[in-house]
Amino acid sequence: MTEAARVVVFAVGNPSRGDDALGPRLLERIADAYPALATVPDFQLQVEHALDLKGADLALFIDAAVNLDGPYRLFELEARGTVPVFSHALSPQAVLAVYRNVEGSAPPPSFMLAVRGQDFELGGSLSAVASAALESAWILIRELLSAPVPEAWRRTASVNPADTPGRSQSRVRPCACPETGSRDSCRD
Amino acid sequence: MTSPLETAADRDRLRRVVIDPVSRVEGHGKVSLLLDENDRVREARLHIVEFRGFEVFIQGRPYWEVPVMVQRLCGICPVSHHLAASKALDHVVGGVPVTPTAEKMRRLMHYGQILQSHALHFFHLSSPDLLFGFESEAGRRNIVGVAAAHPDIARRGVLLRKFGQEVIRATAGKRIHGTGAVPGGMNRHLSAEDRRLLKADIAQVVDWSRTAVELIKRMHRADPALYDAFGAFESGFMSLVRSDGAMDLYDGHLRFRDAAGAIVLDRVRDQDYRSVICEEVKSWSYMKFPFMRMFGPETGWYRVGPLARVQNCDFVPSPFAEAERREFVDHGKGAPVHATLAYHWARMIEMLHAAEVIRDLLDDPDLLAGPLLAEGTRSREGVGVIEAPRGTLIHHYQVDDDDLVSLCNLIVSTTHNNEAMNAAIRAVATRYLDGHTLTEGLLNHIEVAIRAFDPCLSCATHALGKMPLMLELTAPDGTLLDRVVRD
Repeated sequence: MTEAARVVVFAVGNPSRGDDALGPRLLERIADAYPALATVPDFQLQVEHALDLKGADLALFIDAAVNLDGPYRLFELEARGTVPVFSHALSPQAVLAVYRNVEGSAPPPSFMLAVRGQDFELGGSLSAVASAALESAWILIRELLSAPVPEAWRRTASVNPADTPGRSQSRVRPCACPETGSRDSCRD
Repeated sequence: MTSPLETAADRDRLRRVVIDPVSRVEGHGKVSLLLDENDRVREARLHIVEFRGFEVFIQGRPYWEVPVMVQRLCGICPVSHHLAASKALDHVVGGVPVTPTAEKMRRLMHYGQILQSHALHFFHLSSPDLLFGFESEAGRRNIVGVAAAHPDIARRGVLLRKFGQEVIRATAGKRIHGTGAVPGGMNRHLSAEDRRLLKADIAQVVDWSRTAVELIKRMHRADPALYDAFGAFESGFMSLVRSDGAMDLYDGHLRFRDAAGAIVLDRVRDQDYRSVICEEVKSWSYMKFPFMRMFGPETGWYRVGPLARVQNCDFVPSPFAEAERREFVDHGKGAPVHATLAYHWARMIEMLHAAEVIRDLLDDPDLLAGPLLAEGTRSREGVGVIEAPRGTLIHHYQVDDDDLVSLCNLIVSTTHNNEAMNAAIRAVATRYLDGHTLTEGLLNHIEVAIRAFDPCLSCATHALGKMPLMLELTAPDGTLLDRVVRD
């Protein structure tokens, strides 16, 4: 990792809700392996997280996701507002948009790492699917953090595990639903 | 009283419209409207799937784990659960009252939570509707739209929220998953450095909070016909109040008023909540409907939260907020204010009060030193009641001799407001949707009414992938005519 790159990693999830712990679990590994890195764990994203982006050259958001065909999906985020129904959470794209408007400058290049989960029951532990996805995602994270520059991350994001020819995920447009990261509404 | 719009007489022959914000894992809200062939509203209901499994999650755990574990029930107001559980378990360890230092630290934490939650609610959730109008372009009605059109307002919202989070960090130890409160007291003092940092900003926070009250008052003055009538309905109120009748969001006794503003029940000990509150089950909803035992389910339901608290107390014990409360009460011209949008006005008065409380507490030397834990005779049972940002929160535990929790009962503010939210939906549906062709803007009126309460939807998990707002239009024969997903 170059000394100049200041990376902030956000992990979203509730450690007591089964596979929702994917983000916090991965962040624990990151904090242990890269103690100099800025890490921000939380149950969900909110407006104040825009302030955690200040001074960063690159940002990575990690969250559990459903409806992924592969173990994870990495994609670049664009700043964009959403219509909230309740006050409970902001999308990462909205956090970037808050940064842009509040700080008056573009947010740092930011990427979403969605990691596959399937069981989110209160009090549950990681499912087998999520445990496997966690290990795959950890390999990817180490690769990303070994070269923390946007161009390298973009190259990595262009080839996700689920993009292999013949997989159903090939019908999914990357980032087609940037508000939620939802694959449901992104299928052709 | 049960509304004729709660259940239509010939509902099988009606057209159904569903507004369905689906949550990620469990718990979701859904609005269903049944329309007849002339687009007249014949039935309006709000369905919210209540907390599930939380009691089981807590039962069987050692009691000392509970104040930390309950923070995982809700990602938006974990401090409220943290403190309500601690207050309940104070009784179990015989630590009532807690020491002055512990109570002041808890109060500081709690009012920090109120401030950050109210700031988030108003600036992020409500102000887009209020600043741009309910039928404005959907893509503009968000915090980003506010930031673009009103950058100062948006920036203050973010910084107020951040300040409240810093108060929580300084008192609970961490921004999230704090461990500050324990059964019988606290486990930390405020550090001198944190006090210095918070004191450096508090004057600005009070000033911005005063400006926020002015902003919402300006909105009311600009369009009183809308603000006084939108989603308005009569109900009683419930909240904690201090022994002298003052607003107290951390502790006190339960007081109930009727729809005319008369006190009908007062000085109810928090430990006795079950003697005055019952919960009714309705076949069409997963969430229970609480009501005052003395009046029964038909007329005994009530509202909780800012609108109730500002009108239930006799005064607010901080000067700026008290002046604002008086102006709010005067607005009712001798009668209680029942307008749903007045929740926002009351919420900003509370935010100002929270800022004033924090300002005054930061000068108190007890925060920096003094005993933190109280001890006494062990008990098997305890109830903790606190005024969470959205309303009264009740935690009730029984603990066996082996220190394990054998009973856990939670009543959250969203449950208290269940009947009231349905009443608001019916009022809005009747006023704005009846006889009209459905549009996104009209449907947003329903959402605006819900947003005034901001119900909690088991929100502690937020995996990507399932958070659309879904609208379904179904024909009387069950055929799906249309579906819209708002992303």
